[in-house]
Amino acid sequence: MEKFFHSVYLDDSLCRGCTNCIKRCPTHAIRVIDGKARITSEFCIDCGECVRTCGYHAKKLHRDTLDILKDYEYTVALPAPSLYLQFNNLDDVNIVLTGLLELGFDDVYEVAAAAELVSAATRTYVAEHKEAWPLISTACPCVMRLIRVRFPGLVAHLLPLKPPVEVAAEIARRRAVERTGLAPDQIGVIFISPCPAKVTYARDPLGVEKSQLDGVLAIQDVYPLLLGAMKRVRDLPRALAGAGRVGVSWGISGGESLGMGSQRYLAADGIENVIRVLEGLEDDRFTGLEFIELDACSGGCVGGVLNVEDPFAARAKLRQLRLRLPAVPTSPPREAPADLSWDAPVRYEPVFRLGSSLSESITMARQVEELTQQFPGLDCGCCGAPSCQALAEDIVRGLASKNLCIYVLRDHIHALSDTCAQLAADAAAQEGDPSQERLRELAGRLEQLDQEITRMDVGHRPAVPPAGEPGSQKGERET
Amino acid sequence: MSDCLTLRFTVPADDFTRAGEASSSTKATLKQLGLPADIIRRVAIVMYEGEINMVIHANGGEITVEICPDQIVMVLKDTGPGIPDIQQAMQAGWSTASGAARDLGFGAGMGLPNMKKCADSLDIESTVGVGTTVTAVVRL
Repeated sequence: MEKFFHSVYLDDSLCRGCTNCIKRCPTHAIRVIDGKARITSEFCIDCGECVRTCGYHAKKLHRDTLDILKDYEYTVALPAPSLYLQFNNLDDVNIVLTGLLELGFDDVYEVAAAAELVSAATRTYVAEHKEAWPLISTACPCVMRLIRVRFPGLVAHLLPLKPPVEVAAEIARRRAVERTGLAPDQIGVIFISPCPAKVTYARDPLGVEKSQLDGVLAIQDVYPLLLGAMKRVRDLPRALAGAGRVGVSWGISGGESLGMGSQRYLAADGIENVIRVLEGLEDDRFTGLEFIELDACSGGCVGGVLNVEDPFAARAKLRQLRLRLPAVPTSPPREAPADLSWDAPVRYEPVFRLGSSLSESITMARQVEELTQQFPGLDCGCCGAPSCQALAEDIVRGLASKNLCIYVLRDHIHALSDTCAQLAADAAAQEGDPSQERLRELAGRLEQLDQEITRMDVGHRPAVPPAGEPGSQKGERET
Repeated sequence: MSDCLTLRFTVPADDFTRAGEASSSTKATLKQLGLPADIIRRVAIVMYEGEINMVIHANGGEITVEICPDQIVMVLKDTGPGIPDIQQAMQAGWSTASGAARDLGFGAGMGLPNMKKCADSLDIESTVGVGTTVTAVVRL
C-alpha cells in the first residue's frame, strides 16, 4: 500500500483553481497547478478543511457505500457517537440501532460502548505514566497525523491506546464469530463515520498494524435511508444500546476528558486551535496538566465533514439525550480485549525536510530566505502556493519557478517593455533606414514580451518546465 | 560562517501575546532542516523561556539563532536593567517578576534554570543598567 493514502480527492471538472483551499490547509499541502488544486500526499493529514472551504464542492471524499454489505456473509454496523446527535428529539438510542438493522446490517455494536472501555484504560495508563505527562489523546486520527509530521517532540506524549472505533471493531468481530461460527473474514465490520480521516485510518491505520474495520460509510450517506428505517421501527425498537453518558459524550469536544475523572486536562477543538496548543506544548508552556484532548474538527467529532447536523445543534441535542442515558457505564463485554495498547509504534515522519542532509537543508533554507525577500510578502496565492515563503520553498525544491509570482513577472515585463521602447527610439533616431540588426533585436524583444504577457493571461500556475527530473512532482495525487 | 543559517528576531517589550513567535518560527525552520525531535524540543524551550524573560524583565530585545552543521547558537541580547547577581538568578524559584507578570502565571523563577537544563552550555553576560546577553548552545 502507498505510504500516504488519503480519503480526499479532487474533482477536476469542478475545481476553478481559486486560492481558498490552499490558504486554509493547515499543513500547506495544496498547490494550484495548471489551474487545479493538487494535494501533496505526504503533507496531507485528512483534516477535511479543504472540503469545508471549497465553494465549488470540488474536493470529494472516498468512502464505501451500502453495497459493501453484499460482500460479507454477516455484517456489523459500528455507529459513531455523533450519529445519535443528527436526529431531532431522539429519546432512545435503540431506535437508531434498530434502524441500522432495518437497513440490512445483521448486528450493531456501539463505538460509544467501546469508548467507555478506552476511557477506563486511559485513566489507568495516565495514572501509571506520570513521566509522559501530559498524555495526548490519540482518538482523533487527524491530530495524530499532524503530530507525526509536524510535532516530533510530542510523539512520545501520544497515548498509546487504540481508538474506540478499533476496539469496537475487535469486539464486534469476535462476537460475530462466536454467534455465527463463520470465519472472521466472512464478517464485515462497517463504521458509520462522521470523519474522512477514519476512512484513511481503516486502510492505513496509525498505532495498529492492521485495522479491523472492513469499510467506512459516511453518516451523510446513511442518514436519509436511516431516517426512513427509524420511522418504521420507532414503536418497537430492540434493546441494543448499552453505552452510557461518558461514551456518547465522546462525540463532542471535552467528552473524552469527561471520562478522565481528573480535572487536570485541557481540551481544544478546531485545527487552528489544536496547532496553537501543540506549539505551546512543544515549548513547555503549560504546566500542571495530565491529559490533552484534541479534536481537529470544531466542536469535536460532531464537527466532522461527513455529518449532517450543525455541530453546535448536535451538542445541544447531546444535552437532552444525556438525560436519558445511564450515568454508569455498562460492564465490559466478554469479547472485550484485555489490552487496548497499540501494536505498531508511531514514529516522526520528517516530511517537511528540505534536503537529504543537514548541510544540504541549511543551504536550501538560505536560498528560501533569499528568495522570500524578493517576493512582495502579500501571500496572495496567485502563484498557486499559499504564501510567498511556500513559493520560495517550492522553487528551492525544484517544483516551481520565480516568474509564477505575478509581481516578479510584472517587473520583468516592465523591464522588457523599457528595453523595447529604447530600441525603437534608437532605431528611429538613426539617419536613413534603421539597421536590420536593430530591427531584428526589437522584434525579438517584442516577441518575448508577448510570451510573458500570454503567461499572465493564463492566470494560473503552469506545471514547472525547469529543474529537470520528471520525479520533481513527487507526492502529488493522481485523481 | 558560510555553511550556517542565521535567523534574526526582534522581541517587542511588554507584549506577552507575541512571546513565542520567535520560538515558533525557529521550530518551523528546524523541522525543515530535518533535525531530531530532542534537539527541536530543547531549542524551542530555550527560545521560549528567553523570549518570555525579555518581555518580562528587559523591555524586549534581539535574538539571533545561528544554525550550523555542528551546533545551534542562540544569542539573546537586551538593553534591560541587567542581572545584579547571576548565581541567584540561576536558582530555581528565584524571580523578580512584577505582580502583573505573576498574575499571568509567569515569574515562577524557572526561566533561566529551564534554559540551562535544555542547553549544552549557557553563558550570561550582564551589566547592571546596560543589559544582558545570554548565549545558549545546543550541540548537534
